[in-house]
Amino acid sequence: MLHAFAKQVPQGAIDRAVIENVSRRHLLKGVAAAGGLVLAAPLARGANAATAPAYGTGAGAMPHGVVIDPRIFVSIAPDGIVTIVAHRAEMGTGVRTSLPMIVADELEADWARVRVVEAEGNETKYGNQDTDGSRSTRHYLVPMRQMGAAARTMLEEAAAQKWNVKADEVKAANHEVVHAASGRRMGYGELAADAAKLPVPKLDTLRLKDESQFKYMGKGNIPIVDLHDITTGRAIYGADIRLPEMKYAVLVRPPVVGGKLVSFDAKDALAVPGVEQVIEAQGWPWPSKFQPLGGVAIIARNTGAAIKGRDALKVVWEDGANAKYDSEAYRAELEAAVRKPGLVVRNEGDVDAALKSADKVIVGEYYLPHLAHVSMEPPAAVADVTDNKAEIWAPVQSPGGTHEDIAKTLGLKPEAVTIHVTLLGGGFGRKSKCDYAIEAALLSRKLKAPVRVQWTREDDIHHDFFHTVSAERIEAGIDKSGKVIAWRHRSAAPSFMSSFKPDVKNESAIELGMGLVDLPFAIPNIRCENPEAAAHTRIGWFRSVSNVPHAFAVQTMVAEIAQALGRDPKDMLLEMIGPARIVDVGKSTKDWWNYGEPFESYPVDAGRLRRVTELAAEKGEWGRKVPQGHGLGIAAHRSFVSYIATVIEIAVDDKGNISIPRVDTAVDCGTYVNPERIRSQMEGAAIMGISLAKHGEITFKNGRVQQGNFDDFPVARIDEAPAVINVHITPGENRPPSGIGEPGVPPFAPALCNAIFAATGKRIRRLPIGNQLA
Amino acid sequence: MIKLTVNGEAHSWDGDPSLPLLWYLRDESGLTGTKYGCGQALCGACTVHVGGQAVRACITAMEDVKDQKVVTIEGLHPTGDHPVQKAWRELQVPQCGYCQTGQIMQAAALLADNHHPTDHQIREQMAGNICRCGCYTRIEAAIRLASTGV
Repeated sequence: MLHAFAKQVPQGAIDRAVIENVSRRHLLKGVAAAGGLVLAAPLARGANAATAPAYGTGAGAMPHGVVIDPRIFVSIAPDGIVTIVAHRAEMGTGVRTSLPMIVADELEADWARVRVVEAEGNETKYGNQDTDGSRSTRHYLVPMRQMGAAARTMLEEAAAQKWNVKADEVKAANHEVVHAASGRRMGYGELAADAAKLPVPKLDTLRLKDESQFKYMGKGNIPIVDLHDITTGRAIYGADIRLPEMKYAVLVRPPVVGGKLVSFDAKDALAVPGVEQVIEAQGWPWPSKFQPLGGVAIIARNTGAAIKGRDALKVVWEDGANAKYDSEAYRAELEAAVRKPGLVVRNEGDVDAALKSADKVIVGEYYLPHLAHVSMEPPAAVADVTDNKAEIWAPVQSPGGTHEDIAKTLGLKPEAVTIHVTLLGGGFGRKSKCDYAIEAALLSRKLKAPVRVQWTREDDIHHDFFHTVSAERIEAGIDKSGKVIAWRHRSAAPSFMSSFKPDVKNESAIELGMGLVDLPFAIPNIRCENPEAAAHTRIGWFRSVSNVPHAFAVQTMVAEIAQALGRDPKDMLLEMIGPARIVDVGKSTKDWWNYGEPFESYPVDAGRLRRVTELAAEKGEWGRKVPQGHGLGIAAHRSFVSYIATVIEIAVDDKGNISIPRVDTAVDCGTYVNPERIRSQMEGAAIMGISLAKHGEITFKNGRVQQGNFDDFPVARIDEAPAVINVHITPGENRPPSGIGEPGVPPFAPALCNAIFAATGKRIRRLPIGNQLA
Repeated sequence: MIKLTVNGEAHSWDGDPSLPLLWYLRDESGLTGTKYGCGQALCGACTVHVGGQAVRACITAMEDVKDQKVVTIEGLHPTGDHPVQKAWRELQVPQCGYCQTGQIMQAAALLADNHHPTDHQIREQMAGNICRCGCYTRIEAAIRLASTGV
């Protein structure tokens, strides 16, 4: 795999990175500044089949690939403090802890003496930093281990030279190197300076730890590094940055995507105490990737004054081409689209003939609306821009992309732009798009002062990059023996590619690969079709993306088939998954995407999907007797190359109110690093699943979003939470690591609705459930 | 001039008396542990204590806290070791952490009022505080833990 990394790292990147490291040393307080930086020579790259786990990943194919250089990521001060750089954004998954923990484990560092610093956005230096796609652990487990092992080896070598013994006679353990024969020992801090003079070992000479020696990896014994700060209010998010002379801004943006400002009257706004200026904010025509929508900015001495000023502002807009976007009409359009043939995106056997010959054809039509991300922290960013330099503080999932987009927008060289990545108060895909940081940068330049831009909740909901809206239609043909012989799934949904270029009508390979064309079922005749759907608003990716509608349709359909045949839904699901085998999706589809991973390392493995289904059923005591008004539902789905199955017990009262006594989720994410955070991600996925199943719906009328806050776009609250969420993680068994942030979400809503059917006999085919049970 | 006490310190404000306390705390006073989430008392991220009661700072005007004692997350406990804070850490409640200061302030007020709440009371009292990451089962467990003393 490593040669795959090597070709992605531009020659010269390392030299440049070193220069960067020195010039930005103030960002690594106590690290480079302490003078004890250990690692001095470039780490050679090469194939490493003997010592590294033998699997490839798609990491090298990401923009800027992977940088495996411990000098960039690890440093040791003379006092022994080990500083490890976290280069991915922390939005609640625990990645800021998990990745450094991998380094620390291989380094034999004592976690109590490890400090974590957040990298600025700079992919030339750190490699790809896009924190989305549930990629961090799967792309960085091996590189982080290698960097830790390289540093450990150098410390051992330094000690061996000092004691004039062979390197294999000494051993690093718990922050010191020990020569067992003589009983001599030296701490990492004492060895750091000498280790720094040694060449960095080649990757293929590194001795990685045996799994049995892990102290942190796989254990779940390390709390997140920000835990104390979070519980005391000291954790710093995007809007918590305060600079001297900083201005506070809110904006009013065109209510319809593609619309623009005609005029504004600022008289009343300027009369509001604390309001200082009202100025036009630059916008870009739609679609323009992540560029700001433009509008008017209200500048004030504090955010409260700016909001009040905005309320008093009079603005005239021109709405543009999307002014007719109407969710009710669009739903009818999508539903009509999936009743007609569309672009064939997977074809296996002869679906038409099989459906014709089938004894029974079952049809399921499903609809899932737009969703807003509504992370608890609405977008916010601080910028300090002068003529030749920009410094940004922002909660972004895309530190590197933000770096590039800001530089490009301001016309500055990348090295003149610094992106400080704060903690993210949730992201869920929204904060992959840095429009709010660009807004702050543009305003700061215009005002010649530091500016904080705060989005209100209404801004967040009105101007999101929305989760797509989709209609799904599945026809399943059953033969006389009760076997499913045909499966035609049509999915119509506007693509997030529509935010990048005009006139996109079909789902991208990425979206199609999320639970549509990668269907792992043992059915001889399968056809997936993608009828056209045009976008009329900004579409973006939302946690687990197209897996949400695709899995909802597929996993509901399985239960519908079970119902029609009088079969147990779990047995039906296992029968449709079929025997343990690798499903060669590529043979019947051109347009598919395996989450960017090589199929050899990350195949579509029906056996693993079976195993989590069986595990969830076993642990969730599938088939147990439940009280009147209760029901059990099950669903299983592969996404982000992980396998998740969920069993939910639901209770529905006579008024149609839902409560959830118990959830059992089985997870196969291959080799894992932090099982404690895997559990928390699965717990969170359950809550997000409840939100989107029960409540979530963004609608448009006259091109405008009709919701604006948590009153009309409700999300699950604590009194709707399951009483118990059990998470069952399968042993890693040296399988490549796979995603965790997202894959818990897709099976949840169908499992919930299947449970509702078991409890009430009511089949939910349209989300949200809303008052459908009343 | 509005005088008030924040975390035991004397404060005064001579600006717009209708300014929400939230923005006074965050932008004028630098107490950024109190978070903005909705501006309409729908999410609880801005929960602080006024006279010992949990209130939403986003809809509480400065004129309404005249001569009042305001406590924010920064002042909940001098070393951050309020039983609720300790329980939160013990059970590793937070994910992104953004809403957690509001959750903790709400939970602290709940426990001050009712030392041993039932599960139903916990859910009822905490239902005004949204956590989009979905830490609810741990929030509930942490409040139970705090109520028994950590």
